[in-house]
Amino acid sequence: MAENNASFVRHELIKEQVPPVSQRGVVKWVSENLISSPFNVIMTLLSLWIIYSIIVNSAPWFINGIWDAKSVRECYDILDGVSGACFAVLKERFPQLIYGFKYPPTEYWRPNTAVVLLLAALAPVLFRKLPQQLLGFSAIYPFLAYWLIWGGTPLVPVIAFLGLAFGIYCFRRFSARSFAFGVVIAVIAASLFWVLGGYLSEANGTFLALEAVPSRDMGGLMLNLLLGTIACSISIPLGVILALGRQSNMPIIKWICVIFIEFIRGVPLITLLFVANVILAFFFPPDTSIDLILRVIIMMTFFNSAYIAEVVRGGLAALPTGQYEAANSLGLDYAQSMRLIILPQALKISIPGIVNVSVGMLKDTTLVSIISMFDLVGMIRGPILATSEWNGVYWELFGCAAAIFFVICFSVSKYSQWLERQLETSNR
Amino acid sequence: MKKTVFLGALTVAGLAAGLVSAGTLDDVKARGTLNCGVSTGVPGFAEPDANGRWQGFDIAVCRAVAAAVLGDNNAIQFVPTTGKTRFTSLASGEIDMLARNTTWTLSRDVDLKFDFVGVNYYDGQGFMVKASTGITSASSPEIDGVTVCIQTGTTSELNLSDHFRSIGMSYEPLPVESGSEAVANYMAGSCDMFTTDRSALAARRATQEVPTDHVVLPEIISKEPLGPLVRHGDNEWGDVVRWTLNALITAEEFGVTAANAEELSEGTNNAEINRLLGSEGTMGEMLGLDADWAKRAIMSEGNYGEIFEANIGAGTIIGLPRGVNAMWTDGGLIYSPPFR
Repeated sequence: MAENNASFVRHELIKEQVPPVSQRGVVKWVSENLISSPFNVIMTLLSLWIIYSIIVNSAPWFINGIWDAKSVRECYDILDGVSGACFAVLKERFPQLIYGFKYPPTEYWRPNTAVVLLLAALAPVLFRKLPQQLLGFSAIYPFLAYWLIWGGTPLVPVIAFLGLAFGIYCFRRFSARSFAFGVVIAVIAASLFWVLGGYLSEANGTFLALEAVPSRDMGGLMLNLLLGTIACSISIPLGVILALGRQSNMPIIKWICVIFIEFIRGVPLITLLFVANVILAFFFPPDTSIDLILRVIIMMTFFNSAYIAEVVRGGLAALPTGQYEAANSLGLDYAQSMRLIILPQALKISIPGIVNVSVGMLKDTTLVSIISMFDLVGMIRGPILATSEWNGVYWELFGCAAAIFFVICFSVSKYSQWLERQLETSNR
Repeated sequence: MKKTVFLGALTVAGLAAGLVSAGTLDDVKARGTLNCGVSTGVPGFAEPDANGRWQGFDIAVCRAVAAAVLGDNNAIQFVPTTGKTRFTSLASGEIDMLARNTTWTLSRDVDLKFDFVGVNYYDGQGFMVKASTGITSASSPEIDGVTVCIQTGTTSELNLSDHFRSIGMSYEPLPVESGSEAVANYMAGSCDMFTTDRSALAARRATQEVPTDHVVLPEIISKEPLGPLVRHGDNEWGDVVRWTLNALITAEEFGVTAANAEELSEGTNNAEINRLLGSEGTMGEMLGLDADWAKRAIMSEGNYGEIFEANIGAGTIIGLPRGVNAMWTDGGLIYSPPFR
């Protein structure tokens, strides 16, 4: 009966209400983040003032920017004392910033195609959900890119590719007997193929040939990407091998790897580049010296692989010993246990480090401007700023270079964060 | 033991390099291109244009040599070098000659084992300051303690310290890698004063927004004879480069230009012109070249005076006066030994 005495009983749920104004939307965000305490109020005002003065001071520079002029003096004339950028230099010298000043303009489609195909070749490596048959294209890509960028007859890269494939086939065929035997046979087979193929490609030098472009004529952003991509893609496998070698039980292999890594890490990159540029030239007779670009690629690859080796070693060391023991107890041999158990886990841990080192490497490619190669920064510092037309245009050019590098490096780091989330399992 | 092996290898490599490069002239002819070391860019002296073609006062020397030796002033592989890499590039044989506003000094000639074949520009080190500072002289008391932008690895760096020591004042050096960086720092106010060769100062000043805001001080604190150089010990090649430069100078002296060289080469009443252009004597043969070598060199970019006017002279944006670089007949220092 007590229930009936109750004066009011609600029979339905109250509808959801919007939170009070102070607890939602912009007001909540502002009161929590901008004016939550007197100190924060001051900081907010200070920041607003800084942002305001940056915009007020730089906006006219961007808005008044001149896009059509023949020289920096013409820019000054048009601006007539008003603050404004001289973007005309970017417009006039854009091809030089991207391709360097010696790459034949009629052939610009070749590096462009190479970059588009690079994205296609990287896609199956970067995104595992894509059909893995595409990896075949990734394997062919380096040879295709070589032909596109350097030109000449396609027989050279084709023979290089077939020789490699033949070597791998021989290795598969003979490595069952013994690993070392397989390697020796594969090396002999591939070298024979290359030597014989060399005669063939030399005899047919004009077969389907594109205009050959010597390495010295590469420049601009193309050179940065070229050096960065090649050095990174070779140095990652090399770094893994070095890291494994450093953990090896075989003293000779271990010490070779340790000395290599410690020596390279103990020397600044710029020193190695000077060695590549000037010292190595003393060891080769004139005219037979190796391409400067190739020397630089070798040095950068060594440098990067030493750092990646240390990153991967960190990943290997982070794995519990139980993982190694579990692999052994399953009866897997060294190659199998590394490939199936250890490396997948160690590399996953190492991804942020590897990406970090690789982004650093890409930016370090601009150091080649010091050994008088005309990469993006070298083009700006040398041939563009040295002309009487554009002498004195700094902000526009270096700002452009900074923007280009920012876009590339930021995309790479976003990708690596995405990859980490993809590979995230139950470790955390 | 390892060290001896290494040194041994170095010696063998050095000997091999020495043997192979014994005849640079033959090497260049066999290769069909001249490897010419140039700077990475100095306005008026060496600069690639929008089409990627190198041009400038120093470049013209390379082109003249290529025209004389190979008959084609485009048969050149330009190898850009920085202040730091230029000498090793030449010593290692990567380049056949260096034409990169390099000062002729005793130590470079003797100790670094190079041969300077002549002087194509007599320069001197000067100072540039902003007019608003009111400084009018590089030895006045108000320059005590100034910050000076200075390119590293150059003779200017050494001259600067000598100068301040001699006037008994202190300065703060701000070392930079290239001329462009020096100007950027100077414009940004990081240094009060910018010092380098006066020709380069004039070029940099001319391209500023308001050139009259900047003053090149009257003092010249050093002698900077700039000229092309080759490796020591290959005198045949050195002679070719030296006499190509002399041919350009002699051409100006006798009024031979790119336009009239062809016509004059058919023979004139002036024996010196005839010997120069090959219609008399065997000058080319003595150098290991053909009779028309000098005519080709002159027709490449003109005689010395034409090259000067086209690249850095009064009619260009750089606007350098001939000054001491006038012909000796006009009271300058440009003088060539006779073609006899």
